[in-house]
Amino acid sequence: MASTKKDPVIVVLQLTGGNDYLNTVIPYNDPHYRDNRPAVGVAEDRILKINDNVGFHPEMAPMQRLYDQGKVAIINGVGYANSPRSHFRSMDIWHTCEPDKLGTEGWLGRVTKDLDPNKENVVTTVSFGPSLPRALALPGVPVACVDDLDTFGMLPTISETDQRNKILDRFTRLYSPTIGSGFVMDYLGQTGLDSLKAADILKVAPAKYNSTIEYPDTTLARKLRGIAQVHMADLGTRILYCDHGSFDSHSNQVGMHDKLWHDVSSAVESFFDDLRENNAGENVIMLLFSEFGRRVHDNGSGTDHGAAGAAFVIGEGVKGGEYGEYPSTNTEDLEQGDLVPNTDFRSVYTTIAENWMGLDANPLVGGTFEKPSFV
Amino acid sequence: MAKQDIALMAHLMRRAGFGATREELEALVEKGYEQTVEELLNTEAQPALDRYELVRYHPWTWKPGTLPGMGSVEWLWFMVNTKRPLEEKMTLFWHHLFATGVSKVDHYDEITMMVAEFREKGMGSYKDLLMSMAQNPAMIYWLDNCENHAHAVNENWGRELLELFSMGVGNYTEVDVREVSRAFTGWTIEPKLPRGPIGRHDWHFTYQEDDHDHGEKTFLGETGNFDGKDVIDIICAHPATASFIARHLYNFFVADEAQVPAWAVTPPQDQDAIDTLADALVESNYDIRSTLRVLFNSEFFKNARFARLKSPAEVVVGTLKLVGGFEFPAPGIGEMSRQPNYMGQDLLNPPSVEGWHTGTEWINSGSLMRRINFTADMVGDTGRPGVKSMIDHLKADNSISPGAFVDSCLELMGPLEVNKETRQELVDHAQINGDLNWGNESETSSERVSEMLQLIVSLRDYQYA
Repeated sequence: MASTKKDPVIVVLQLTGGNDYLNTVIPYNDPHYRDNRPAVGVAEDRILKINDNVGFHPEMAPMQRLYDQGKVAIINGVGYANSPRSHFRSMDIWHTCEPDKLGTEGWLGRVTKDLDPNKENVVTTVSFGPSLPRALALPGVPVACVDDLDTFGMLPTISETDQRNKILDRFTRLYSPTIGSGFVMDYLGQTGLDSLKAADILKVAPAKYNSTIEYPDTTLARKLRGIAQVHMADLGTRILYCDHGSFDSHSNQVGMHDKLWHDVSSAVESFFDDLRENNAGENVIMLLFSEFGRRVHDNGSGTDHGAAGAAFVIGEGVKGGEYGEYPSTNTEDLEQGDLVPNTDFRSVYTTIAENWMGLDANPLVGGTFEKPSFV
Repeated sequence: MAKQDIALMAHLMRRAGFGATREELEALVEKGYEQTVEELLNTEAQPALDRYELVRYHPWTWKPGTLPGMGSVEWLWFMVNTKRPLEEKMTLFWHHLFATGVSKVDHYDEITMMVAEFREKGMGSYKDLLMSMAQNPAMIYWLDNCENHAHAVNENWGRELLELFSMGVGNYTEVDVREVSRAFTGWTIEPKLPRGPIGRHDWHFTYQEDDHDHGEKTFLGETGNFDGKDVIDIICAHPATASFIARHLYNFFVADEAQVPAWAVTPPQDQDAIDTLADALVESNYDIRSTLRVLFNSEFFKNARFARLKSPAEVVVGTLKLVGGFEFPAPGIGEMSRQPNYMGQDLLNPPSVEGWHTGTEWINSGSLMRRINFTADMVGDTGRPGVKSMIDHLKADNSISPGAFVDSCLELMGPLEVNKETRQELVDHAQINGDLNWGNESETSSERVSEMLQLIVSLRDYQYA
């Protein structure tokens, strides 16, 4: 199971709900920023300036530290033409790479299939969360969905060890091919045994894990710690997925956005500290994306759905810095009051698929796109 | 009470509803099978649920807009509590067929209204329902009929109407798709009003005469100045439509069929059954109630016990009804309504207009584990009224042998029919701790029952409906 050479790994952290780009990577020298943000604008002395034009949100100090080490790529103006400004639709487009029609296959489902065409490893892709994100969905491609690594497995309610072992032994016998016949019974049997196998493989991760890093006590930090545990257990896992939210800050944005970025930045820093301490970071990059940015002019309390946003790619193998232009904030350049995307989100995927994972991106993202050189 | 009668009644209630408890089954067997079918069909004899009852305790379930995961709370509450189980099952059927989702329609509200329409009209005429769908704002937006103009035809609705909602591939030409689409030009929605201070405005259908193509159209060999209603008349007069809806009914209520896209090339497993249902549709002018009467009283239905796999909605609602205690809209109902999604059926958000693939396609290693763990968690809770009642049943005998213990549990959980190797494994498991005794061993024995029930719901056999 454990690989001898270090295969590239991608961690995705989805910022669900539409992150406010303008208050995340703040164009502090742009007079339009102040004009458009009377209610939710960040005071200039609090902005964590990273160059002469932009600075991070004040709660992103950990991200700034990673940025200063050259490990953070900021991809400006990410999105796609004719943003529908609907959470569901936009997220679906990001997940399926189908902006013009309804897609059913997730792009990372296709990546999983490329990486493991014969389904040799049932934990090639692991998602932390209760439901399968459409990005990972592809019929016939197994994905382990984990809520909590410590209790992951069949029948967690039977917790007493001896009793549990007896039950799981019984389960294995009940699912064996010698019992029952016919396609459906066989299929159910194989799938049940696959589930057990995934649980068996993954349960070694917390036991093998040894780290002095103390993660913050947040939901996201727990997910990222689980991801670190799976990654460091050398199980052959190549894609790890989680999300955090909701970033849908229509009202009372200030406190809400502060808390969100405090949680994201601190958890991400702990994660990379953990990988570094365990010498396990060089083959990992993390992609942070959100389904859209938010409206340029605030609504007096928050911001409404917009178009262009920022994506971040973080890791030791990342060439840090800014990529792409910050979209113009001039009123005449906005579309329906929103920043116009100038980097297609599939460009970000293309770089990751080709330069990082070593795959042919075209069939995975449905076309040929520019390839910003952040890795 | 004859064991076979209980088994048949349990089958009927699983398919025409979301299952029934042992007590309910016994009462229904007293009434008789045909009488029970009539009562299921006669939905309006039972009181309707009042959605405001739910809104009173959970105001956020009223038009939940874009709050992810909030959309199906109201529906779950309906499915668990309805006194009209068949009405709710048909609502689910129509949602499978007219699959419309928030992945494109911006928010839950319009799709919830569509679901309410299924509830209101789903037992009546399919033809009327098809007409309602052609004018349903969520459907119009979902399939771009608002972009279907006299001088710029958009074929999305026209094509799916024929391919997925009525006739099926292979019964019409590309020219027919074009002509049908022309007939629906101008069937659109009023401009959407921006969100008001207290929420969203409902969407409304409107017919824009000046955007309708008034020219002559030829569809399935008939020529005239057709509009959408004429097209629906022609569609319903075509035998392919009755067969297509019949096959959907068969797949949903009787036995798992191939997935819909394969229907043009894969014949039905029981052509006679499809013909019987198609005839019933035609003879009743597409009355669903009459057709379901034929279906539930047929031998092919009665012989199809455990011939399909449960959908996630059936797993969740069936389990909640079995263990009981979910009648009151208690806190936690939001988490319960997400369970089908965790198993691969995100209600109000089907993967595409094709709806969910059913049968074995429900099952993958993640979803199977979800099914088992959710169900085991529920039946493992000896405090739940339904579980307590099963334990009380077993307490009728002071001491029960491992074999009788297993048989009684299988009986109470369905009755569930398992092959003899499976039964033997369960008996072997029960044998570890010997006979089940009550009295001063009551607590341990209750735990043993709880464990046996958990093992039973983890069986492959339990995934069958």
